Amino acid sequence: MTSTAEAIIPKFDDDDETEGVRKLAIICSKGNLDMAYPGLILGNAALGEGVELHLFFTFWGMDMIIPGRMNELKFSPSGNTAMHMPVGDVRIPQALAPMPGMQPMATKMLKKQIADLGVPEVPEFLAHIVASGGHLHACRMSADMNHVTLEDLYEGVEDIINASDFIELTAGAQLLFI
Amino acid sequence: MPVTTIDGHEIHVDAEGFMTEYDEWNEELGKSLAAAIGVEMSDDAWGAIRFLRRDFKAEGGHTPTLRRVSTVGGFDTKKLFEMFPKKPAKKMAYIAGLPKPAGCV
Repeated sequence: MTSTAEAIIPKFDDDDETEGVRKLAIICSKGNLDMAYPGLILGNAALGEGVELHLFFTFWGMDMIIPGRMNELKFSPSGNTAMHMPVGDVRIPQALAPMPGMQPMATKMLKKQIADLGVPEVPEFLAHIVASGGHLHACRMSADMNHVTLEDLYEGVEDIINASDFIELTAGAQLLFI
Repeated sequence: MPVTTIDGHEIHVDAEGFMTEYDEWNEELGKSLAAAIGVEMSDDAWGAIRFLRRDFKAEGGHTPTLRRVSTVGGFDTKKLFEMFPKKPAKKMAYIAGLPKPAGCV
């Protein structure tokens, strides 16, 4: 190396183990299509930054890791006043939101918008997260409520753990509840 | 735009140190950049770096994200994390002399 002392080199900050490895735990509790993505996107970003990641699926979030449901998540404009029509800046009236056909249409629209950005569907996204070293855990109580065992869940899920296990596992972690 | 010297190569960089001039890069410089951040370059690692260079040009100046390197470039995600530990997307971009990827996924 003959670079000068003041060479500008990015600080990737990945060789400083003195403060321990940064750890992020995200609780995914929703099974609506739009609410599945925040956890996946942030979790994936964390992995890309060298952060240890744990995704914990509970309650409605179990649909994200149940094969047969994970690729069939829906989005409903019902109760969502921020849902706009694709053209213009028109809000969908809440009285129309529960009408037949609205949910499939809104789901299809959202899926297309997500795909157009090159963002994968839920199963492929989870596979990418697992390949990047992320850990997937299912909630014991939710598994019991849904009458599923580890064999019934997406293959990337490591284990079914209870609330105490989760608290123990996430010692020192930053937490996000979605 | 700051100018810095890496291993005898004078290059234009941004505030963090990522190169800003696509044409100032060559593989010899890439080797020096990799050494500067402690990455050892294997043949596979070079394959990924060459893909980044090609894809950046083909996509009109967008550095591919990690997922794109894996899905479009065909490189295994796990291996990318092994070759460019902890922050593969940023480290690959740095070695390839490109800006950090702007996409989220």
